[in-house]
Amino acid sequence: MTDAKTQAGTVGKVATIPPKKLALYGVIALLLIIVPTTLQAASGLGFLVRILVVVGIWVLLALGLNIVVGYAGLLDLGYIAFYAMGGYVGVLIGQTVSSSLGSGTYWAMLIPAALAGAATGLALGFPVLRLRGDYLAIVTLGFGEIVRICLVNDLGGLSNGATGLPRGVETLQAPWPSAWLQDTVRFPTPIGEFVFGPNLYWYFVVLLLIIGAIIVIRRLDNSRLGRAWVAMRENEVAAAACGINIRTQKLWAFSLGAMSGGIAGVTFAYVQQFISPESFTFMESVFVVCIVVLGGMGSIPGVIVGALVIRGIPDLIQGLMVAGVIQLSGDVTSMITGYRFLVFGLLMVIMMAVRPQGMIPSKRRALELHPDDDRILAEEDQTLWDLKHRDQSPDDV
Amino acid sequence: MTFSMSYLLEQTINGITLGGLYALVALGYTLVYGILLMINFAHSELFMAGGYVGLGALKLLGDPAVAKTAGMGFLAPIQSFFLSGTVGYICLIAAAFVISGIVVGFMGVFIERFAYRPLRHAPRLAPLISAIGVSIFLQNAALLWISSKQLPYSRVDGTSFVPAKTAFTVAGVNISTMQILIIVTSLVLLAVLDTFVSKTRIGRAMRATSQDRDAAGLMGVDINRVIALAFFIGPALGAIAGVFNGMYYGSVKYNMGFIPGIKSFTAAVIGGIGNLRGAMLGGFLLGIVESLASGFLSNAYRDVVAFIVLVLVLIFRPGGLLGEAVAEKV
Repeated sequence: MTDAKTQAGTVGKVATIPPKKLALYGVIALLLIIVPTTLQAASGLGFLVRILVVVGIWVLLALGLNIVVGYAGLLDLGYIAFYAMGGYVGVLIGQTVSSSLGSGTYWAMLIPAALAGAATGLALGFPVLRLRGDYLAIVTLGFGEIVRICLVNDLGGLSNGATGLPRGVETLQAPWPSAWLQDTVRFPTPIGEFVFGPNLYWYFVVLLLIIGAIIVIRRLDNSRLGRAWVAMRENEVAAAACGINIRTQKLWAFSLGAMSGGIAGVTFAYVQQFISPESFTFMESVFVVCIVVLGGMGSIPGVIVGALVIRGIPDLIQGLMVAGVIQLSGDVTSMITGYRFLVFGLLMVIMMAVRPQGMIPSKRRALELHPDDDRILAEEDQTLWDLKHRDQSPDDV
Repeated sequence: MTFSMSYLLEQTINGITLGGLYALVALGYTLVYGILLMINFAHSELFMAGGYVGLGALKLLGDPAVAKTAGMGFLAPIQSFFLSGTVGYICLIAAAFVISGIVVGFMGVFIERFAYRPLRHAPRLAPLISAIGVSIFLQNAALLWISSKQLPYSRVDGTSFVPAKTAFTVAGVNISTMQILIIVTSLVLLAVLDTFVSKTRIGRAMRATSQDRDAAGLMGVDINRVIALAFFIGPALGAIAGVFNGMYYGSVKYNMGFIPGIKSFTAAVIGGIGNLRGAMLGGFLLGIVESLASGFLSNAYRDVVAFIVLVLVLIFRPGGLLGEAVAEKV
């Protein structure tokens, strides 16, 4: 009885963060602000900020897919469809209302894009979510292709086919207060002139979105919904027997994940100032899955590191070569770009055999994916022993 | 588009041909799924590899220009047999299929050994992801190490290995030899495989393994051998379809496996995955539906039609047409 009371007490209070962790967070936050700002000021290194923006968008995508694959255990191979929906809906609605909303268009479009993603997730989820895991993978793959084919073929005259949006001479309005920052915040520094350009602006926007997503996901993970997902992932039949409505929980996972994809999509469209079906191929879906799997399913730091490694490193090498910072012969260049996918394929195979829990595994997921790990087994035994002990003498606590 | 009986007939025959190809590939999916309960995602890439190996065999054995290049002179006497007369020609075509089937079959066994076997007791997501990895690897290996371009199924001088020939004409519709060959071969191979699985000792071992792997092992079935065999036969059939695909459409490309692979899987699901006859039925059905849809509705959306068929089948008959409803194991 006292047990229950103390537990209820801790749930009610905001958990205090230990000072060591707080210091770590502080250092990370400082680095996140200082590094890109310095890069922006250093002449010739501004493109690195751009790479960070792209990586950031992929972090957002991977965080969304992580809800679906990592928490709910549903393999979605057509995740890019939600990204596409967010992007296209955001741009289509945005272009019709941009005359009245002006520089607020992007910010306003986050809502329809998120809704479009979630609605697509629901529309796909309703019919297919009762399928077994591997069927689901194939159907979502098919769905991703359907969306792409419809976009390429300009279904309903909306998507402007393979050329993409916006049409002809139209442009996407830069969001508030990007233009003002660029004009006002500029000063000389020892390493070059600092201009608060669009890249740095987008960097902070994406950073904010990621932080928002992380907060939401962490709260979700500790919620009733998050625990239901884990139960469902580990054993669907047992979870259903315990009173969890499998269909509803799956739909939640699907639509929440899709929502993140939609937001990433519209952001991508406005960062790029342009959107076309070739950004939404099956390979891109595989890329996101790769990030989640290699980073560590169900692990937020894992997913972030995964995106940095998988999306960041190839972009970084390419960017450095374009900027002339590193000199590589043409053969090496084409080899790096060419072998990228080959290596990813191989990595996926090796990773599954050697370390299926990913680079930075979530504790829970590791237990499930790699139960023969001695350390985990020992922990498991300890937990079991504790539980048994508690059951034997409930008044001890 | 005007509707006419002959157009309908033409599209149907095209559909049956396409269906024969799907069916051959679908057999591979179904065979592996029946035994291991996993989607061999790399199967579509083995289909592609089959197309390439077949082309390679045809070039080595039947292209005089290849024998003339430095270091390849030893091929000339072999080629003189394959290039002489009808018997030689038939042997050449048959050799392409046999070589492709064997090489790709061993590729399948190799992939199973190194990518899937270590994961046999892992959660079901793990082998699927591993299979996607193999698929990406193979596709990019073909892209990097063979060619990024479409390779024509013809000799260096441009003459095709299998020139298009009309076998006969029915109601104003020309039916080519290739179409007949594809349809007949796929039916014959299905019959052979079906007999093999239902009549032979090792076939019985396969069925036992697919029913209950552990129990079959206890009864003295060598599980690893059965699984390896499934991973030989499936990819070998896929490779034969790949060679046919190259001959029928006249070229091979590194990414040619993706779409047919997905559709063949669809075919296997339509028929009831794990069921050999179902895979065949599903293949022909999907081929005909797709061909009619592309002929009468819209060619641009033919892939969409196939995917919609898949979704509809899974929703209304998740067990497939000939399959039994499979309950999730607790």
